Amino acid sequence: MHEKMNAKMEAREINFYYGAVRALKNINMSITGNTVTAIIGPSGCGKSTFIRLLNRMHELVAGSRVEGHVYLDGKDILDPTIDAVDVRRSVGMVFQKPNPFPKTIFENISYGLTVNNVRDKDYIEAKVVESLKKAALWDEVKDRLKDNALRLSGGQQQRLCIARCLAVGPEVLLFDEPCASLDPISTGKIEELMLELKKNYTIVIVTHNMQQAARVSDTTGFFLMGELIEFGKTQDIFTAPKNKQTEAYITGRFG
Amino acid sequence: MENFTKIKEKIYRGGFTALAFSSLVFLAGIILLLLKESLPLFRHVRFSDFIFGRAWYPTASVPEWGIFPLIMASFWVTLGALFICVPLGVGSALYIHEIASAQQRVFLKPLIEILASIPSVVYGFFGMVVAAPFLQKAFGLPTGLCALTASIILGIMAIPTVCSLAEDALSCVPDSFREASYAVGANRWQTLMRVVLPAAGSGVSTAIILGMSRAIGETMTVLMVAGGAAIVPRSFLQPVRPMTSTIAAEMGEAVMGSLHYNALFSIGLVLFVITLVFNMIAEMVCKRFRLKLGIDR
Amino acid sequence: MKKRFSQRIGFGILWLCMAATLFFLGSIIYFIVVRGAGVFSWQFLTDVPRKSMTAGGVAPAIAGTVYLTMGAMVFALPLGIACAIYLNEYSPRGFIVNIIRMSINNLAGVPSVVFGLFGLALFVKSFKFGVSILSGSLTLGILVLPLIISAAQEALMAVPQSLREASLALGATHWQTIKRIVLPNALSGILTGAILSIGRIAGETAPILFTAATFYNRGFPKSIFDEAMALPYHIYALMTEGTHPDQQTAIAYGCALILLLLVLAISASAIIIRQRQRRFHA
Repeated sequence: MHEKMNAKMEAREINFYYGAVRALKNINMSITGNTVTAIIGPSGCGKSTFIRLLNRMHELVAGSRVEGHVYLDGKDILDPTIDAVDVRRSVGMVFQKPNPFPKTIFENISYGLTVNNVRDKDYIEAKVVESLKKAALWDEVKDRLKDNALRLSGGQQQRLCIARCLAVGPEVLLFDEPCASLDPISTGKIEELMLELKKNYTIVIVTHNMQQAARVSDTTGFFLMGELIEFGKTQDIFTAPKNKQTEAYITGRFG
Repeated sequence: MENFTKIKEKIYRGGFTALAFSSLVFLAGIILLLLKESLPLFRHVRFSDFIFGRAWYPTASVPEWGIFPLIMASFWVTLGALFICVPLGVGSALYIHEIASAQQRVFLKPLIEILASIPSVVYGFFGMVVAAPFLQKAFGLPTGLCALTASIILGIMAIPTVCSLAEDALSCVPDSFREASYAVGANRWQTLMRVVLPAAGSGVSTAIILGMSRAIGETMTVLMVAGGAAIVPRSFLQPVRPMTSTIAAEMGEAVMGSLHYNALFSIGLVLFVITLVFNMIAEMVCKRFRLKLGIDR
Repeated sequence: MKKRFSQRIGFGILWLCMAATLFFLGSIIYFIVVRGAGVFSWQFLTDVPRKSMTAGGVAPAIAGTVYLTMGAMVFALPLGIACAIYLNEYSPRGFIVNIIRMSINNLAGVPSVVFGLFGLALFVKSFKFGVSILSGSLTLGILVLPLIISAAQEALMAVPQSLREASLALGATHWQTIKRIVLPNALSGILTGAILSIGRIAGETAPILFTAATFYNRGFPKSIFDEAMALPYHIYALMTEGTHPDQQTAIAYGCALILLLLVLAISASAIIIRQRQRRFHA
């Protein structure tokens, strides 16, 4: 009951099509504020499609179509009269592969501010520092803000992407398999960071790694063939799954 | 502020959309102008007489407007050029693809591409001052400026284009094809001839068709070396006057708006239609090639 | 045994093809360089033609070629980049885009002399620009447009999709993403394509025959409404309209050498830069 009352984001009756293929079927999910929600499932189950829908990145795919509603604080963000650009400022996204711009570290972080017409230099500088600190990267890069971001290590690049996201001032952060290309140590740092960030943000993470889901998330959803098979407290899903398919996936029988 | 950004987005999208139509506008403009400037001729000359007429005497007191000799000349010269550029172009492509070592390939591929940029007027000049006198002596001809010379020069000129495009097609053939062939005991030559070349077949055909289309439309080379006699060629050793060189040579003398001027535009129209057909065939063949190899782009 | 024999013969034939190709192309360059070098001098590059074009230099022709080429690029480069941006960044797949792609492909296949006719009918006659640098530049610009579009498209395609996604996910608009992320990353590729196109049009003759070129100018063109001498046309005119074959053939060799060096240098540098870029991206 508590979850419903505090829902930050809510997906209602979502159906998604790539051309004639129905990639998501009747998805209902409510995401509680200041928690981490993990989305797990085998490749091609629709979990990435679903998370991209939450900040309308799905629109980049030609020939895709969506039915249903996604509410952010009660406002339907799929409503065509709402600008996708505004949605993305409130709902940030970190991608599977770190994708810093081939610019300096400073420019990477300030980019999100300048495209949103922030001109005040002092404010931008303060924001860059603040974001880097929040992403636990400040100590490593404070002396080299003018360096090209591509010279950072993979794990640092991913934290830079998180910092870049934070600078815009989102309320929700979407992570699409953020550690898929990282080593275990970098992965550990990102997970630690997520637990820290959830105090101020609502986080949704897609992951292949079930241990990761178990470690960082409060709630878990299991997708299979475009359907949300099971959704509930992470602890319950991993210790006592109600659905046979969920159990089979979690115990490693397929996927 | 917000609204301003959104309006700006719309303006940019609209602007780019409008500009993107420029190619269509130019193509349509070419067709319309060719039609507009050539149609007056057909008030005086029947279309069939124009295409099949055997005499081209635009400046005679009783002018005749038959372009059959010009079409045949273009056809002969292009055909002759194919005998040179297809074997040498495709052969060189096969060499680069199969035999050349890695170092040779790094060097040869760009070299061929660079050579493709030699201007046609340079080829024409070379044909005039080197190839024509040489062939005249070698074959004891009255003039070195004839269909044969034009064919040879045009053929050499098309080699880099054919070679480059054919090599691209060959390198699109997946390695798994050749590995499968090696696995059943075929050697490199057999694999190349029976697996790689057929698989790249329609891609290579596209290269040949595009090379041919370029040869038909090529102007300066034939203008300078084909000799310029407007007769239906009976042998490769006669001077001929292809369509392109007729336009180029006579437009300077034709009075703007005269029948001669209209007739030259009519030749341009015929030329345009021929190359358009070739390009469409090439595109169709190319599409089939991509489907066959499962390349989607 | 027989198998190996046929392979040897086959490879031998291919080797011969390659050798013949290189021989033919090499001998063209050889003749022009060796015979052209004789007339090549500082004066030849900088002086105007003298003594009814049997002496002096070809500076006005060099200048004319530069003007025509630059004019064509000023017109075609922005237009071509805009088309490529639409096709690569804005266009949803569909009927209209297919039509545009088809017209680009067909435009690329139109014979150059037909562009000349088009330029004559439209720019010289209808627009009354006369035989001028302006008419010639516009004609060459339309001719080179498909080349620039495809080069720019290739460069835009090489920009990783992940960068666009990152920018959009940060709340940048479509145009902001193009202007600040896509174009800066595609710029070097677009410029390489542009250089390659310059090499292509610098040597074009047929399109300027009726739209811009003249055999003889006393000096340099003064405005874009003037006729111009141009290197490729000058070679042709010296060989076909000249009155002093001996001296003028020598001058034509010189012009051919300049044109060849110019074009080869331009395209070689573009192709080498492009190869470096590809290696860098891979």
